[in-house]
Formats: sequence, C-alpha cells, structure tokens
Amino acid sequence: MNTPANLRYTASHEWVRVEADGTLTIGVTDHAQEALGDVVFLELPEAGRVVAKEEAIAVIESVKAASDIYAPVAGEILEANQAAVDAPESVNADAYAAWLFKIKPANAADVDGLLDAAGYEAAIG
Amino acid sequence: MAQQTPLHASHIAAGARMVDFAGWDMPVNYGSQIEEHHAVRRDAGMFDVSHMLALDLEGADAKAFLRGLIANDVAKLTESGKALYSCMLNDQGGVIDDLIVYFLTDTHYRIVVNAGTADKDVAWMHQRLAATGTQATLAVRRDLAMIAVQGPNARAKTWAALPGAEAASTGLKVFQAAAFGDIFIARTGYTGEDGFELTLPVDKAVATWNALVSAGVKPCGLGARDTLRLEAGMALYGNDMDDTVSPLDAGLAWTVDFKDESRNFVGKATLVANGAGKQTLGLILEDKGVLRSHQKVITAQGEGETTSGTFSPTLEKSIALARLPLGVAAGDSVEVEIRGKRLKARVVKAPFARNGKALA
Repeated sequence: MNTPANLRYTASHEWVRVEADGTLTIGVTDHAQEALGDVVFLELPEAGRVVAKEEAIAVIESVKAASDIYAPVAGEILEANQAAVDAPESVNADAYAAWLFKIKPANAADVDGLLDAAGYEAAIG
Repeated sequence: MAQQTPLHASHIAAGARMVDFAGWDMPVNYGSQIEEHHAVRRDAGMFDVSHMLALDLEGADAKAFLRGLIANDVAKLTESGKALYSCMLNDQGGVIDDLIVYFLTDTHYRIVVNAGTADKDVAWMHQRLAATGTQATLAVRRDLAMIAVQGPNARAKTWAALPGAEAASTGLKVFQAAAFGDIFIARTGYTGEDGFELTLPVDKAVATWNALVSAGVKPCGLGARDTLRLEAGMALYGNDMDDTVSPLDAGLAWTVDFKDESRNFVGKATLVANGAGKQTLGLILEDKGVLRSHQKVITAQGEGETTSGTFSPTLEKSIALARLPLGVAAGDSVEVEIRGKRLKARVVKAPFARNGKALA
C-alpha cells in the first residue's frame, strides 16, 4: 500500500496536500482506487461552491460501483481537475498525481484535525 | 464462513480480490476488470463457476417431470448433449431461477442452476417430485467443479490445454455438450462469446485450471463476467428477474414455450391470464455517468426502472437493461434519474455486444 508521508488523510479515503499558499489539493488514496477497481467516471464540484466538512461533494464511479467523495474540511472549491474527468483511469494509474479538486479552507487550523499517514494506515487496518 | 470452491487457493495465489457472492468467497477480479473483459472479447478468459450447482435428474419420468417443471419445453431436445435455457416458475408466474438443462438420454438430464438459488431450487424440485409422484431421482453434484472458458480463442486454447479434447468437442454446435472422459464439455457460456463450460470432478479442477493458464487463458473474475453478460443482453437472476417477475416482463418470452397446448407447466396459467405487463429493453446513456440497477427511467409512456447497469468496456459507454412500459420502442429517447439529475439515454434492443463486436 502506498501512503505518502507528506500528505494528510481522512477516514473516508481522501488525501489532502497542504500547498505553500495554504490551499488544499485533494484526491482519493491508493487504497481507495484499488478497492474501487477501474475508475470510469468522475463528477467533481464547480469552482466557487462553498462546502461543509464531510459534505458529499463529488462522485467517483468504477465499473463496479459509485462512491461519494467528501470535503475533508469546510471551505470554498477553487478548481476541479478537468484532466481527471477526461481520463478517469488516471486515478488508477497514480492516485496521488490525479488530484480531483482544490479547496480554500475556511479555517487553516482545520487541517490539523486530519489523519497523518500512520493514522490513515491504522484506520484502514 | 463463506463457502470455497476447489479453485479458491488458486485465486488467492493469483492475487485475486475476493468478495462474498451468494455465500461463496469468489474472485471479483485479478487486477483490472476491464482487461479481463477485453481478454474474453478479444482472446480467451476463464471463470471459476464452481459455485453454480449441477444436478442430475434420472428416472423413467424425467422428461415428463421437466416438461411440467420449467417454462421451456425439453421435448425439443432430441440430440444427446443438447442444451436448453429456461426459467423455472412459481404458480404466480414469477421466476424461481433460470437454468440450463442438458439432455443426456430420455431418462437422464443434467441441470445447472445459480449458486444463490441452489437450496431453494433443490427444495422446490423435491416438492414437485413428491407432488407429481414422479419416478425419478435428483442428485446434487457438489462433487463437480465448473470452469467457463470464453472468447474467440477459447476453444482452441482449451484443446491445447487438454490433449484429446479436440476430437471429443470439435463437432459441437452452440448449446451442445459431449463427454470427454470424466469432463463434460459444453459449448455454452454467459459472455456472448464462443467457448466452453467444463464440468469436471473436483479433484481435477486445479490441474485443469493450471493447464488452461499455461495455454494462455486469462483468469477472470465475477466483475468481468457481469459486464460481459450485460453487454450480451443476458439476464442476471436477482437483478433482472426474481420470484416476483414474469419472464414475459423480463425479456425472456423467447424461453417460454406455449407451442404444445396440451403441455401444462407451473406458472403457465398465470402467464396466459396476465400476458406481458412490461417489457425489458436496453439503454445506452448519452450523457456522462454510469447507469446502475434500480434507477428511475422516465419515458413518454410512463416510468420504468433499470434492472442492471454498468460501464460497458466494449462500447466505452454506460449501458443498462431496463423494465419499461409497453409501447416504448428501440430508438426512443428517455431520461434516467441519477442522483437527482435527469440524464439522456437511448432505448436499444439488447445485446449491446457479442462475438467481439459492439452491436448497439
């Protein structure tokens, strides 16, 4: 299992990268893409949408099933990754390169409540 | 504890992702479901289907019993090894199970039923045997394993893997079977491709599976089996029909044989009285998204519902089977409600793909 140490995580299998400007880049974990199988469709939030922590804001569909993707923190959507929408299989190829959306957090300190790599690995057992 | 087929350890060793399917621990894929799907459409893949149950019905009354038990008519089976697909109905005309019957002799039939319904099926058959006073015995053949080898190169690769099998099976027509020693070779399947379903003693399963791997047959999981059967327009029990659904509504009218008016079978009276109330057709999603089962379909003739849906690797679009109001026709535009949004879909006649080609 691939769980980079420089990222933060949620128990619902999102990874979160804190950028230098304090914005967050979000995707789904390697563990999640492996469990989902071949990803064939992504529905991502529009830029400007204000989201609540743990709100279901995106959908990832594999051949097998549809799963929700949750906002790891409250904030505003800055951008969605159209390249991932156009090539959903990129999530399987490299889950950490295929980011899905960026959020400007309402409160920068909220990131501290997320799991680190060890915490995520413990959470998924 | 989930049941395991004789090939369970082989799946684990091959790195399969295992899931519970009808109480069996089965491989859903060995890596990429889409690659497995393409292997079957383009070359050769195989599925462990040992969770399905083979039954042997033997006795002087076997034929008469089956003519009353199932909706298709086994009387049309006259050539040894010939197979027939049928539904087994309850008195209300609902589908207890769909199954395949092989004619071996006038007093011996092999029946293959679904895993999830096996106990229910056997109980029902015993009840019917008793109720009709039939002189026949029903043997449960859990001593047999089943491997489905499917794809344009499936037969050739099976012959390469099993020396001597070619002579025994080269003359088989589609939906016909023959014995090759203690291996029963049937030219049947659930993918829309050519190939064989091999029924063999449990203690030969691993060696046969390994020989097929060596001959270049790709192990495929239940995930690919589902996308292949759906592209081929084949119904899945529990999704596309069940005890409450008539075969006439489920797109299976072609399997119900009313020709011999003197033949009575369980459920016939209800089917004749009610006729078809709905119809099952294919959908291709024109907007982006993935159709799944139990989504609402809005048509000019009223509402319907998807019964199976997936992403089709061959069409690279989402497809579904849907139970729709009578009057809806292939070519119609309909809408499917997915997560509160209405997406456009086109009605088509299934199958969507067979023999390596997209049809819809």
